[in-house]
Amino acid sequence: MAENKTQSEPLFSKKNMALLKDPLTDSNPVTVQVLGICSALAITAELKASLIMGLSVIFVLGAGNVVISLMRNIIPSAIRIIAQLVVVAALVIIVDLTLKAYVPDLAKKLSVFVGLIITNCIIMGRFEAFALGNGPWKSFLDGVGNASGYALILLIVGFFRELLGSGKLFGFPILGDAVEKTGLYATGYENNGFMLLAPMALITLGLIIGFQRSRNKSLIETN
Amino acid sequence: MSKRTDSNGYTIIFSIVMVIVVGALLAFFANFTKADRVKNDQVKAQIDILNAIGVEATRSNATEMFNQYIKEQKVIEAEKVSDDEKAYLIDVKKELDNAKNGKVQKLPLFIAEKDGKKIYILPVRGNGLWDAIWGYIALNEDLKTVNGVYFDHKGETPGLGANITEKFFTDDFKGESLYNSAGDFKGIEISKSNGDPNNTDKTDNQVDAISGATITGNGVGAMINSGIRSYLPYFSTLKK
Repeated sequence: MAENKTQSEPLFSKKNMALLKDPLTDSNPVTVQVLGICSALAITAELKASLIMGLSVIFVLGAGNVVISLMRNIIPSAIRIIAQLVVVAALVIIVDLTLKAYVPDLAKKLSVFVGLIITNCIIMGRFEAFALGNGPWKSFLDGVGNASGYALILLIVGFFRELLGSGKLFGFPILGDAVEKTGLYATGYENNGFMLLAPMALITLGLIIGFQRSRNKSLIETN
Repeated sequence: MSKRTDSNGYTIIFSIVMVIVVGALLAFFANFTKADRVKNDQVKAQIDILNAIGVEATRSNATEMFNQYIKEQKVIEAEKVSDDEKAYLIDVKKELDNAKNGKVQKLPLFIAEKDGKKIYILPVRGNGLWDAIWGYIALNEDLKTVNGVYFDHKGETPGLGANITEKFFTDDFKGESLYNSAGDFKGIEISKSNGDPNNTDKTDNQVDAISGATITGNGVGAMINSGIRSYLPYFSTLKK
């Protein structure tokens, strides 16, 4: 039961920072581990929804990893998956209630996807693979790192989808007015409505994955 | 894992404590945010009602605009009609259940004044493809033609059924007649084949459907018809 590893190393040691940084690039949960794809496709039509979803997952995974890590020695192994589910479900309900109380319009837009954070395999994956075997601080860094990696991809996909699909970013018109035919639209440019649908999100994500692997050949599977 | 945490007794006690702690925490949090959530829903109802008569309100000015445009709020209970400032808070779903169980259904009716004209607004509720759909129908003073509509849904397919909330669909309802040429109540049919995509014919009781949203569209039609039908007895007393 006793804590074997004492916190002798500094809080922001190289190893700890790697926990935070690696998931942003070479062990990104979305593009490298290909987890959490459903929500990455579903809510990225707008940058604002991507951002809120990303922040929600950062909160749920960061807090959840700490809670699981603190309880790792008292959770009975027979029901550890259930305990993990209860923790993530409770955190998700808290996020959902908070959104409904303070940003109701956005809560409606995210609707079912906030509830679906529970099924985001990144979260259960980090609980099981990391938080159950590491201390709270490391788990926190790991959780925030992985969720940020997820949020980063969401933002990139959201950026391209909103820009090419609606000509806007965060709801502000960037390319001019599509109805009044000003800005870029005056030259005959049209929004690509297909970008707003899930298939183009998958293709965008595929391009990101392809781009990342072209830069870092070690990520390419050999089989 | 130590031996102690593997015993059955420990597992059972752990689960019980876990459920109680998490349950208490969530109950506390739900209570903590309740006032804000209830207020948000009330403001949303005001925004939606105004939306049906083509007035765009925001969350910050909704109550003010609502008081400005909505002159009367009535509640119809069978023969009895009363004024009620809280009519917009009536839970339409609960009232429909009441009607199904043979109890008296409370029917809220909002009377707005816009550009010097009286507009009657009533709530409707029905089922789409996946879940509930609802909305508000605004009728012109003649009670025969539509002034405007507002629709919302819980979980229709994004890009297909979910488009019933979009302007390109709801604008088609404006001016549409609810009665046929013989003067019988017909409601509005969401039609796939009327060859009138811009809805220039306002007397055919048909509005152009959304491709790929047949069942949601049928649900909208059924919801409008049954919703307005329950108000017809009251409307007939107004026309005298």
